[in-house]
Amino acid sequence: MSCSRRKFLKSTLKGTLAASVPLSAFRFLSPAESRAATESTGTPGTRWGFIVDTNKCVGCGFCVKACKKENEVPYDAPVTRTWVERYVVTRDGKDYIDSPMGGRDGFTDPKIRGEEIPPEEITKAFFVPKLCNQCENPPCVQVCPVGATYQTGDGVVLVDRSWCIGCGYCIMACPYGVRFFHPVYRVAEKCTFCYHRISKGMKTACVDACPFGARQIGNLLDPEDPVAQIVQTQRVAVLKDEYGTKPQVFYIGLDKNVR
Amino acid sequence: MKNHVLRPLWVVLGAIALLLLVRYFMVPADFGVHGESFKLSFHRLSNVDDWRNFTVKYKGNTLCIECHEENVEAHANSAHAIIQCENCHGPAENHPDNPESLALDTSRELCLRCHADLPYPSSTARNQIPPIDPNKHNPGSACVQCHNPHNPELEVG
Repeated sequence: MSCSRRKFLKSTLKGTLAASVPLSAFRFLSPAESRAATESTGTPGTRWGFIVDTNKCVGCGFCVKACKKENEVPYDAPVTRTWVERYVVTRDGKDYIDSPMGGRDGFTDPKIRGEEIPPEEITKAFFVPKLCNQCENPPCVQVCPVGATYQTGDGVVLVDRSWCIGCGYCIMACPYGVRFFHPVYRVAEKCTFCYHRISKGMKTACVDACPFGARQIGNLLDPEDPVAQIVQTQRVAVLKDEYGTKPQVFYIGLDKNVR
Repeated sequence: MKNHVLRPLWVVLGAIALLLLVRYFMVPADFGVHGESFKLSFHRLSNVDDWRNFTVKYKGNTLCIECHEENVEAHANSAHAIIQCENCHGPAENHPDNPESLALDTSRELCLRCHADLPYPSSTARNQIPPIDPNKHNPGSACVQCHNPHNPELEVG
């Protein structure tokens, strides 16, 4: 095949023009451009964080009850945005864990999953409330194929009920198991840190309902905030640190048996 | 180019055009990157307000004291002061308009949430609450028959 210079230049020009037409149909944003074009969606200067003091929890389950009623999660369905787990560790190192109905009605029975544990064998027992960790690096958001779940500017992960297609990727992606399908709306559902309450200056329903102060919510960016001070000055732990999700729910008195 | 190459090409281009057209009408105008990164902030902006405007149902003791001052104060001076009104009385919502009266939970199970005896070591916070064995302590009768929930030191006369 022969090719003159004129022909070569002509086809190169044509080729370049042809390639640039479909490219111009897309818009590429540099990080700086996208940052300039965006507005923050949350309260400025706010990063919501949560403290759970497991030493104070008695397993009354008022938090679970209040959460379900406040957030219209069907009361008798076996799903909940927050729950309380009971851990009983015996002398031989075995641990017994249960959370009947998420601890909604408290823990009134010494039996765990129908099993009687001799009291003299118990070396330690404690309750661990759990809720969405509102991760700084949330895997559930990254897997959403349609942009139905997102992180607000103040760090809360929310689900757009009208946009969720119910594929369940996020439910599988969450290492903490905090997401579930809402039985009524049939979309992914999760703890919102009571976004309707915290954005009005109130506390979350579970924080208000806890008689023992085992739960606290606050602004991690405010050095005067009690929650920020606890995170800075006390020894706190997070769940499943090894996943790199950077949870914003901090635990005081977390035991190695908790998972 | 040969016809058998062009024809499927037009079909593909048509499909892409249709997709863009549908996308133009289906995707809300406020859908986009609203925040730091495409990875975490790609969403419909007005959904943040949808969540902000969700109805608050638990109003807190400050609402109760407006009308039920006597009860709130008696309760505030008792050992049960740490328990919020709505934990037993139920969420206020728009009380007194809707609901006109709250569904008070006076069940034995409510008290047992904290007072049921669990045989755990003293390091458990539960052990600082006076315990009863629900199977031995007047089984079947309601706690409020004898104990005043607003002031557990008092017995109902």
